[in-house]
Amino acid sequence: MIVADKKPVEEIIEYVKDHSKILVLGCNECVTVCEAGGKKEVGILASTLRMYFANQGRDAAVDERTLERQCDHEYLEEIRDIADQYDAIVSIACGVGIQFTAEKYLSIPVYPGVNTCFLGVTEQRGLWTERCQACGNCILAYTGGICPVSRCAKRILNGPCGGSSKGTCEISKDLDCAWQLIIDRLKAIDRLDLYEKMFPIKDWSTDRAGGPRKVVREDVQI
Amino acid sequence: MSAKTPSKLEKIMAAGHLGVTSECGPPRGSDPDTIREKAELLRGYVDAVNVTDNQTSVVRTSSLATCIHLKLMGIEPVLQMVTRDRNRIALQSDILGAASFDIFNLLCLSGDHQSFGDNPQGQNVHDLDSMQLVWTARKMRDEGKFLGGADIKRPPQMFVGAAANPFADPFEIRVPRLAKKIEAGAEFIQTQCIYNLDKFELWVKQAQDRGLTEKTYIMAGVTPFKSAGMAKYMKNRVPGMDVPDDVVKRMSDTPKEKQAEEGVNICIETIQRLKELDGVKGFHIMAIEWEEMVPDIVKRAGLYPRPEID
Ligand code: SF4
Ligand code: SF4
Repeated sequence: MIVADKKPVEEIIEYVKDHSKILVLGCNECVTVCEAGGKKEVGILASTLRMYFANQGRDAAVDERTLERQCDHEYLEEIRDIADQYDAIVSIACGVGIQFTAEKYLSIPVYPGVNTCFLGVTEQRGLWTERCQACGNCILAYTGGICPVSRCAKRILNGPCGGSSKGTCEISKDLDCAWQLIIDRLKAIDRLDLYEKMFPIKDWSTDRAGGPRKVVREDVQI
Repeated sequence: MSAKTPSKLEKIMAAGHLGVTSECGPPRGSDPDTIREKAELLRGYVDAVNVTDNQTSVVRTSSLATCIHLKLMGIEPVLQMVTRDRNRIALQSDILGAASFDIFNLLCLSGDHQSFGDNPQGQNVHDLDSMQLVWTARKMRDEGKFLGGADIKRPPQMFVGAAANPFADPFEIRVPRLAKKIEAGAEFIQTQCIYNLDKFELWVKQAQDRGLTEKTYIMAGVTPFKSAGMAKYMKNRVPGMDVPDDVVKRMSDTPKEKQAEEGVNICIETIQRLKELDGVKGFHIMAIEWEEMVPDIVKRAGLYPRPEID
């Protein structure tokens, strides 16, 4: 899923302090799972903003809404009828949802209420970690199913580097060395032979390096 | 192995002598005299001088510019290049730039992560990794081709090397990884500083068993401790460094004013023991901010005078 984290509320207040009709817009998908932008967080953020305006003696309305998804036309259209009532939307979906909302409601300022962090997993409640950088050309078949692009601090394709120590990465004792994980896993599946060959220079043109990306699937287009 | 490039370092080792290199860290400023003074201390005592590339991710004068200063002084440089700061366009371009000054040695590294340095908020590049950079440099030299496939007019003539850290984890893949680097084209290997000699000897033996010591020149890395504090720091704070307890103890048991001398003694003993190893073809003496000690170490370790080769 896409993992996001809450933005400091002071930052959000700075965006909206001059507005008077605000919609806090959540999303039921990834950001709900990572507890940054679901219905519960919409409620908390909206109350905080209401409290701020009350303390300032400002007469501002803050409404709440959580959509099934903010990255789909269908669901975003659900606020078509009410959108015009607002002079600002604070979206706490991921960066994708925030942008799609902004694209759809062209004349209303849309502000981000979260920092979108990475593609990752819930390791345990309250701990999310990165797994993929969407490089567009997946190499997991060669690396025992562990991604060096997203999980090695230097995205080394022929690791581990000289800083790998007791299973941890040179940059932090709290971080697994991706290449230690890869070796362990290759051993477990009896494919250490995959380690023996140099991984060739990667084509990064499918990564962000190649410019904004598109997936076009004519077979499923209507 | 016979020499394939004009590199003096390569010729010396190809002739069967132990090679000796040291290093010169570029300054945190643009004063060329600091470079010249440091390099002058090493003249005649080593075959080539490595020039570090923004080591520990701290901004310094560029490795290439510093190498050119050395070259103009008649001292043979080893251009260190990390893959952290430049993509494949810049790396190839700098290799050509170095070649245009007849810099004949290249050491390919991934580089310390930028979080260690003075710009922890910067991006890193890592378009290629160190092994792929070795491969690139060899392609440029041997095939006379860019990565893009076009011909290079006057291809680089470089003796291409890489680093190896026998002490990093997991130990079991350290020799396979060395094999991969050699396969990629590494003609010499400079190792991480050696304090755990038993482990190093085991690594060399495993490399020898795979025939790797006949395919590349392994240069053993040594760094003299200046103080017991430095020994402790290296043991506890430098990732991938293996300083055994008895070495730290030997330093701390020495009175403060004698510690520097003891550090040098340990370094010389290390060289003397490793000289006996068949698989070791040279020494890389990294006297960090202590270049003035290098001549003494080289002499006392029996590596002086340096062979003359044309
Ligand atoms: S290799 Fe690329 S696509 Fe595959 S997990 Fe890693 S970043 Fe994601
Ligand atoms: S220690 Fe491991 S994860 Fe960290 S940079 Fe080196 S190879 Fe990558």
